[in-house]
Amino acid sequence: MKSKAGTVRFMQGNEAVAEAAIAAGVKIFAGYPITPASEISEIMSIRLPQEDGIYIQMEDELASMGAIIGASMGGKKSMTATSGPGFSLMQENLGFAAMVEIPCLIVDVMRVGPASGMPTHPSQGDVMQSRWGTHGDHPMVVLSPATVTEAYNLTVEAINISEKLRTPVILLSDAIVGHLKEKIEVPEKVKLINRKMTRQPAEKYLPFATGEDCIPEFAERGQDGYRYHMCSNVHNELGFPNDSGHDAAERMLKRIHRKIEIHQDEITFYNTFDVEDAEILIIAYGCVTRSAKDAVKTLRQEGIKAGLLQLQTIWPFPDKIVRRFTANVKTVVVPEMNLGQLISEVRLNSCAEVVGLNRADGLVISPQAIIDKVKEVK
Amino acid sequence: MLQIKEHMRVNKLPHIWCPGCGDGTVAKSMIQAIQKLKYDKDNVTVVTGIGCSSRMNNIMDYNTFQTTHGRAIAYATGFKMAKPEMKVIVVTGDGDGAGIGGNHLIHAARRNIDLTVILINNYIFGMTGGQFSPLTPHGDIASTSIYKNIEYPFDICKLVEGAGATYIARGTAYHYALTEKLISKALEHKGFSFVEVITQCPTAYGKRNKMGDPYDLLMWQKDHAVPVEQVSKFSQEELEDKFIIGEILVRNDRTEFIEANEQLKERARSIKGGAGK
Ligand code: SF4
Repeated sequence: MKSKAGTVRFMQGNEAVAEAAIAAGVKIFAGYPITPASEISEIMSIRLPQEDGIYIQMEDELASMGAIIGASMGGKKSMTATSGPGFSLMQENLGFAAMVEIPCLIVDVMRVGPASGMPTHPSQGDVMQSRWGTHGDHPMVVLSPATVTEAYNLTVEAINISEKLRTPVILLSDAIVGHLKEKIEVPEKVKLINRKMTRQPAEKYLPFATGEDCIPEFAERGQDGYRYHMCSNVHNELGFPNDSGHDAAERMLKRIHRKIEIHQDEITFYNTFDVEDAEILIIAYGCVTRSAKDAVKTLRQEGIKAGLLQLQTIWPFPDKIVRRFTANVKTVVVPEMNLGQLISEVRLNSCAEVVGLNRADGLVISPQAIIDKVKEVK
Repeated sequence: MLQIKEHMRVNKLPHIWCPGCGDGTVAKSMIQAIQKLKYDKDNVTVVTGIGCSSRMNNIMDYNTFQTTHGRAIAYATGFKMAKPEMKVIVVTGDGDGAGIGGNHLIHAARRNIDLTVILINNYIFGMTGGQFSPLTPHGDIASTSIYKNIEYPFDICKLVEGAGATYIARGTAYHYALTEKLISKALEHKGFSFVEVITQCPTAYGKRNKMGDPYDLLMWQKDHAVPVEQVSKFSQEELEDKFIIGEILVRNDRTEFIEANEQLKERARSIKGGAGK
């Protein structure tokens, strides 16, 4: 069926991620099987060869991450998909991608952890892993979808952000959104952003020099003398290990953070429902948003002034947005399918008292649980 | 004949290696092989991981990446898929390639992806201070085996043979001309090619094991190498403490991975409408 916006389809969240990635120009997928993310691999193995791309099943997640970075160094958009345990194995190379500024997409379809946890029930346990999983100080961009449509749209955004800011981006999905099927209007065309290419001739090209925007320019290899070096050491503008002392090293590290900071507004996505006169604000992300929306509806019918702020970008944490929407509320409720992760960031930025509602048993937080919590703190 | 400095980043010298280290000899064999094959520098990519040998691509004037410990083959696999027209070479060591990165070596060989892996085997973790590696001989001394190594090494060429590599060879730093020839053949081979090069680490291995100076270590290589053509002249016993050099295996019965993908794409396109739509 066709609508004005595109083709109406009944699609699974994981399928939406795969289709969106192809629409956004991903040509190489490297992955390793893990539930509840495997459908993304399966669909990519079918779809990519039709689009002149390559699907490769790697020997483990360390290799998957290495391969997508290598592919992106070769100038192709690339991605992988996994769940918590596999995501942990990707962390070292994820740090490389942040440090060497290699665009790529990592999808983590969260399930209960640590370890095998409760295979493979849903969870939101990787919120902190997605931010701080790799070692050292590094920036990270993480988007979290609540619906199949959002899974599609945020996948496109994630790829575009990674290309524009030359940084890895994580799509933090979960077993509910990943396995859920619902109606979606697949757009005819999506907005595409490609990494900035250099105009400098090879002799003058500095692969890690940047202007005001802090974003380095890319050069296609294999022609015109662009034979540059990339290494994961703190490096100079030429890409070689820093040899100009500690100040230069710190400047480089601070620049990769600043690059994200100065673009924070344009990569911060959120939705609001009934927030204008809200006295109690629910701040949710991912699958829990669905229950929260339902809860707000019921609470409003009962005359309780509840509202919802859905964070689609969770890292860098939308501090300004949280400050703005908590300025006039009495209490903030943060329902999470973990023992309390994003709530610490909300607490740091909220103008009102913050209360958590947590569940880490592999079951969904129901609308009723949120309603009860709101009534309790009202 | 070009001089090797034409393919080097001369401004990145001096290199970091100790005097007498074998890594530089391998670098020379590799560059000369590339020069004789007349490859365009723009079209050569050298990927490394971490370790003494991995610092080799800093000084080479090709497309170069130094990646994470053990993962160079995984990065190179991704890069080769994006740039199939390029010659992609991985330079690794016995710690990087046979230890932490061993799994990637097995699977790249199994896929028969067109990469050339040069594994420099100096029997030790050099850069981190001489800890024993998976290829350190049984009974040897390392900084983490001062009571003698109780573990057993393995034949890395046999491992990649078992995994399905389609070109396998072994050279040494002493036999540098042979090594150059083997690297050259590996580069021209379509499919996964593997060259083990036995070298000396006087600093972290030779000294601890009282094997003398770099010259003695080179002589050790000379005395312990058996050319593959002469293996039949030796008894099993005589071969015990020796290693074979030369071309160990060449096979052409497997489709290369990128080419196999092109064939797969044809099949995918011929399935009407595709399965995902
Ligand atoms: S430690 Fe050994 S392998 Fe490393 S540079 Fe020195 S001699 Fe070479």
